[in-house]
Amino acid sequence: MPVEIVVKSHPLDPLFRADRLPHIWCPGCGLGPIMACYAEAILDSGIPQDNHVIVSGIGCTARIPGYLNIDSYHTTHGRSVPFASAMAVCNTNLEVSVVSGDGDMFAIGGNHLLHAARRNVDINVICVNNFNYGMTGGQAGPTTPGGAWTSTSPYGCYETAFNVPWVVASLGAVFVARWTALHVRQLKDSMSRAMEKKGFTFIEVLAPCPVGFGRRNGLGEGLDEMRLYLEECVVDHDADLSKADIDLRQKEPIILGNFVDIERPPYTTVPEAFRG
Amino acid sequence: MTSPDGQRVLTGTHFMIGDHAVAEGAMAAGLMFFAGYPITPSTECAERLSRRMPQVGAHFIQMEDELASMCAILGASWTGVRSMTATSGPGFSLMMENIGLGMITETPCVVVNVQRGGPSTGLPTLTAQADVMQVKYGSHGDYEPIAYAPATCQEAYDLTIKAFNSADYYRVPTFVMADEMVGHMTERVIIPDASQIPYVGRKRPVPGEKKLLYETDESLIPAMPFAGEGFRMHVTGLTHDERGYPATEAAPHERLIRRINEKILRHADQIIEVEGWNLEDADIAVVSFGSTARTARRAAAFAREEGIKAGLLRLITLWPFAAKHIQALDKRVKAFVVAEVNLGQMASQVERFTSKPVLRANRAGGEMMPAEPILDAIREASRAS
Repeated sequence: MPVEIVVKSHPLDPLFRADRLPHIWCPGCGLGPIMACYAEAILDSGIPQDNHVIVSGIGCTARIPGYLNIDSYHTTHGRSVPFASAMAVCNTNLEVSVVSGDGDMFAIGGNHLLHAARRNVDINVICVNNFNYGMTGGQAGPTTPGGAWTSTSPYGCYETAFNVPWVVASLGAVFVARWTALHVRQLKDSMSRAMEKKGFTFIEVLAPCPVGFGRRNGLGEGLDEMRLYLEECVVDHDADLSKADIDLRQKEPIILGNFVDIERPPYTTVPEAFRG
Repeated sequence: MTSPDGQRVLTGTHFMIGDHAVAEGAMAAGLMFFAGYPITPSTECAERLSRRMPQVGAHFIQMEDELASMCAILGASWTGVRSMTATSGPGFSLMMENIGLGMITETPCVVVNVQRGGPSTGLPTLTAQADVMQVKYGSHGDYEPIAYAPATCQEAYDLTIKAFNSADYYRVPTFVMADEMVGHMTERVIIPDASQIPYVGRKRPVPGEKKLLYETDESLIPAMPFAGEGFRMHVTGLTHDERGYPATEAAPHERLIRRINEKILRHADQIIEVEGWNLEDADIAVVSFGSTARTARRAAAFAREEGIKAGLLRLITLWPFAAKHIQALDKRVKAFVVAEVNLGQMASQVERFTSKPVLRANRAGGEMMPAEPILDAIREASRAS
């Protein structure tokens, strides 16, 4: 006799705008669990919900703020970081996070990322890497692995992809991590750590985009790509980041971990020190 | 928001360049966040603010480019502070993207454009007034900006303060369209006592009363909550409904875009400012703005000496356009002369509102318009009419 499970409420209910759901994402998309991790991290942060702010640019990932019941800003393509930086500078009581896709952050927004990390502005960047531009139908981007097929790399991607954690670590970010949409416990803990830290934090999250990317590259459905993460990922917090490239053609392990956790004075404290 | 205090207002008589006058006007207006990128001929504004703002606990940040600068001042504005950037042509072009975001999200902020010759890199160090259409039409979509054009250093100071008040009151990015002549000339600037600085803040939601982010009364101007206050707003550059939620369909788009335009046009009479000189009996109305209005007045005075009844309509606001003033003059004058350091941008606007001849006195840029070509145009207009 099957037992009926009736769920009347969920601990994350206050974090979502129920009137905005269901979300727009495709079946098998990795963004749902990532959004839930962020909501859990807010709940566990000890920071009042009203002090959390989320900013995004444009793309599938950039739609996350619309579903969250906090002050949320859906800005222009690539410009989430300067918008968020200004908010963090003007009101240090705000806990400002940015969610972006890989194209939003590393192509059109790349320059802003470099400078916010260099300045050590007190924002948390969560960059979802699904290896392509999903919203516009699966075009190649700056994180598309070598050889991958997309609608604008019909002969296979011949450009070199960014090694995301290595780039961001080189800029002096105080926290750098990489997880996947499968590793929800580690991802949530990583987000919690990012919220604790003062300064520029960065988490890359690998996520399936079965409709835009997976089906063209033999990765199957969303769950199949999750299985690939289960089988191919290796957690190594002390990894040599210069070797953290992702090449889906090779059966190379995908390195995950909390790679960087250092202290550096955040941007807002530096000018005071200079003026004495 | 803290009101301007004494440290912010350098009460007294000064001898300063227009760029510095803009900076001091912003200081007096309560500027709390400046984001900018060095570009001639506006750089002195940023330089002055980099020294002045830390003195009062305000934030100066030199961004990586003008895209970031414009976006940053929008983000700052949503935390409740007054924010500004200053730039010139090439930077202004880069800002168009997020000027559009400011328009659709109704985010108050001030953008200063000390105009130089263009297109492209053009004349970095020399004057022009050739961005007066760009400020109206440069970003995609329909929107109604408010734009002021200072003709003196004193006005650079006064109109910057006014720009902050208009931006806040109407909830719209507001522009100070200076030109290199005004930006770099040195003149007397009288800064009044702090208590004399006009201040108009933003309409704010009454706690617990306002339900929808973009609900409005007959003013069409929505009250603005700030981040961290508990409103839990969603602000998006997508077409949105009164809740602020994306609503990417024809009907909500029609409603939103008509409202954000109408909220300015409905108040056009309060916003528009002009200065008339010898227009009462004028046969020829010279229309000009910014530094060119100064030589235009001289040309009109020379014409009077020659027996031609010329007067000057100086546009203090470029946008919304002073259509009613042109229409009123249309009934009295025989012809218009539009003097501007571009190839006729505002002349085409004047032509829309008169059936009388509109003659043009133009320079592409690079130098202040002398009185002579304007006087020539006045003489020609007088002969023809």
